Amino acid sequence: MQPANQHSGFEGEKEKILGRIREALRTEAPHPGHGPAVDRQDEKHGPQSSPIRQWLPFAGETFSEKLELFKSNATMLRAQFALLESKDELLARIQSLREEERWTKVGSHSGQLTDLVCRELKLPICRTDQPYQAADLETCNVGITECDALIAQTGSVLVTSRSAGGRALSILPPHHVVLARRDQLLRDLPEGFELLKRSYPPSYPSFISFITGPSRTGDIERILVLGAHGPKKLTILCV
Amino acid sequence: MKITLFVPCFVDLMFPNVGISMVKVLERLGHQVDCPEAVACCGQPAYNSGYWEEARVVAGQTLKTLEASEAVVIGSGSCGAMLKVFYPELFAGTPLADSARRLSGKCFEFSDFLVNRLGVTDVGARFPAKVTFHDGCHGLRELGTHDQPRRLLTQVRELALLEMPDKTCCGFGGTFAAKFPMISTAMGEVRCAAAAGTGAEYIVSNDSSCLMHLQGLLDRQGSKMKTIHLAEILAQS
Amino acid sequence: MSAPSGQFKTQARQLSADLRHRSIIQTALGKYEAVRDKTRDAFQDWQAARQAAAQIKWDAVNHLDQYLLQFVSNLETRGTKVHWASTGDQAKEIILRIIADKKAKCIVKSKAMTSEEVHLNEALAHAGFEVVESDLGEFIVQLRREAPYHIVFPAMHLTRGEISDVFARELGSAPTDNPEELTMIARRVLRHKYIEADIGFTGANFAVAETGMISITENEGNARLTAALPPTMVTLLGIEKILPRFEDLALFLPMLATMGTGQPLTCYNSFYSGPRQPGESDGPTEYHVILLDNRRTVLLADPEQRDALHCIRCGACLNVCPIFKNVGGHTYGTTYSGPIGSVLTPHLRGLQDWKHLSYASSLCGACTQTCPVKIDLHHHLLQNRRNASRQKPSFGERLAYRFFAFVVNRPAVYRLAKQLGRCLQPLHTLVKGGPLDPARAWTRTRELPRIAPKTFKEYWRERQPRV
Repeated sequence: MQPANQHSGFEGEKEKILGRIREALRTEAPHPGHGPAVDRQDEKHGPQSSPIRQWLPFAGETFSEKLELFKSNATMLRAQFALLESKDELLARIQSLREEERWTKVGSHSGQLTDLVCRELKLPICRTDQPYQAADLETCNVGITECDALIAQTGSVLVTSRSAGGRALSILPPHHVVLARRDQLLRDLPEGFELLKRSYPPSYPSFISFITGPSRTGDIERILVLGAHGPKKLTILCV
Repeated sequence: MKITLFVPCFVDLMFPNVGISMVKVLERLGHQVDCPEAVACCGQPAYNSGYWEEARVVAGQTLKTLEASEAVVIGSGSCGAMLKVFYPELFAGTPLADSARRLSGKCFEFSDFLVNRLGVTDVGARFPAKVTFHDGCHGLRELGTHDQPRRLLTQVRELALLEMPDKTCCGFGGTFAAKFPMISTAMGEVRCAAAAGTGAEYIVSNDSSCLMHLQGLLDRQGSKMKTIHLAEILAQS
Repeated sequence: MSAPSGQFKTQARQLSADLRHRSIIQTALGKYEAVRDKTRDAFQDWQAARQAAAQIKWDAVNHLDQYLLQFVSNLETRGTKVHWASTGDQAKEIILRIIADKKAKCIVKSKAMTSEEVHLNEALAHAGFEVVESDLGEFIVQLRREAPYHIVFPAMHLTRGEISDVFARELGSAPTDNPEELTMIARRVLRHKYIEADIGFTGANFAVAETGMISITENEGNARLTAALPPTMVTLLGIEKILPRFEDLALFLPMLATMGTGQPLTCYNSFYSGPRQPGESDGPTEYHVILLDNRRTVLLADPEQRDALHCIRCGACLNVCPIFKNVGGHTYGTTYSGPIGSVLTPHLRGLQDWKHLSYASSLCGACTQTCPVKIDLHHHLLQNRRNASRQKPSFGERLAYRFFAFVVNRPAVYRLAKQLGRCLQPLHTLVKGGPLDPARAWTRTRELPRIAPKTFKEYWRERQPRV
């Protein structure tokens, strides 16, 4: 049997499938429904005129509107959120979290805020932005990461493998702590995608995620249980 | 205005009072009504079963007979949807295509005709009872009939209108009721239970096929709840 | 009657009368309905969002070849190995070759309905590989050796007691009726699997052409772990999952969550564009994406029903369908159930064998009304019926409709039939509900209405002035 990387033996299928598609599409299908047509031209004019924004739930304009919305979403999602006035307050909050949660080992990556916090904690660290063992990360009580943005509309945290120490750090340990800056608080999902498109091309990180609350399931009688596989606790500290 | 009333076979045979009530109400409002003998079926049974050739035989006669009408009023959402929405599709690409489109433009479900064409919501009716309104699916989703029956019912003296918590299908679905009787029955039972839950004495609808199905179940259950067509309530004074 | 049709009728008969089952499903869906309505109402303009989503999907599917090529090109640039499979068998063969190549033993899976469609788990188990479903609902039904009940809520039909039983039986855990404890049992078992697994297998909710990314929507985090830890990652997806642009997700992710579970957004919405890139410290070193046709191109070639390929698998149509609510997901006997399943399955698995699903509907239209991408679902059921009758008409049924037309089109014959009916009606009470009753389908559970002493046409004729 040939290795799958070289010859799957099904090279011809690509042309066959594309051939069937092209043949099928020679007849036009009717356009859907009746209603306001989406004019894609609008999107070329920049974020403010994105029509999607007009239909999604309202997300506020000013910092304080966005903040209030993010806070109420976080509460509803059972995520903890705190707005801190200074780096000192941040460090104090981290210390009290460490005591409450009895952290003994931390997973993290290098970054302005994470370096600051990890130095303060003085706990053993599993660094995930250099080669590491999953079994080692599994022994950490908490994963501390930075992020790309906070999204007010949905109470989400936007992370990538570049901004948050890889793919596993924000999902394997039972507690995820996010360190964010005020200027990272965005209005809505369209703004989040605009940020990604501005920041990363031509080479996107191989992993991007919108995290919206701690992990959960409703698979047992539609009853909400937190911490199904991902973190049971999500703490967002914004300074 | 000369109004042509469309009375399908099962209403003619088994629920004539629905047709009679529609005549009474329209005449009370000062209009002339006509009911051509040659019209007995909209052709929906064959159409819904996928036998469009056979459906065109029945629908074609109905279409030709109604060609000369000014306004066709139908007391059933399902027949109404057939004439107004599905005839253009059934006759697309045939010599009757234009005729079907024209008919579609002058077809009206009964409550919609009263409220939106005649501009009437108070027909001088009195019906002292607690009722709940069941929206027939075709009327609700194909014709957009929702507010009209309610606006008429709230003007009926001494009538109390109670609403069920949601709008689900009664389970009739035409030949579905005979092809999948167990599912049809289960759906009807759920609907009867929802109606009973409101405390209503009557289930009222603008579709006799729904009422026929629900009444059949209520009778078998020995329930005291009764079914009645919207027109029958409006005809009472 | 085909074998699937017979199976459907038998199970439907059983489950329609099963009040316990009815109550479980209604309770589960009642909870969903309440949150769905609230979340949908938060949209500033839900109908405009639906129309936009429908048009974006129209664009995607009607230019499918162009977007697929863009998608694949972007993926390949970043080191992803892309495979094309015309059939389910080919997809399974490709996957088995990858497993053999990697000398893999343990495979951890996140939820992928496309893998159900091709019966992947059976093939892998048959070949001797351990496959573990990591989604809690899928994990439960896998232990029970049954198919998922619903495309979004696989274990919707089970009580906590039944879940506790299967855990005790298969995992040796202590019985408990606490949902949190049950979830923790599964979490503990699966933890090891993520770390040990050689291959992480996922599906995809969307495939973004512009950036060459797979989008995965979930709540538990099991897909994220499946995509983070094992050294090789494999994604199987249908070719119709394409979305043209990255920012289309800003519309589709909230709509999928709103209609799928009633959430404004699910917990994790993650995008994968390749294996571990230079500078990244974790993630799979090898990434395979398998594009599956499996007769989707057959549906594509039907312009009347092509929009069924717009489906984003939210499950909303199942949740509003009164047939689904009464017979449940297993009765359909095929991967995709509910209205979308009834529309798709004849195209994917054969019209004559699966037409019965299109007939098992009252055509109430609740599905079409709710679909976030405006698929004309209930009209497609009508079209399936028409196509099935044209392909293979039933002589008896055709005769019945011709006879009906003969009677109903001729007033004199109609009057005769009516008189005959009046005579036979009292006799009917003798056979009502029994084996000799021609109306038995109705009278087993319902009373028949009687022909009135004076019909409407008779009343009307009496009113006419004598000519």
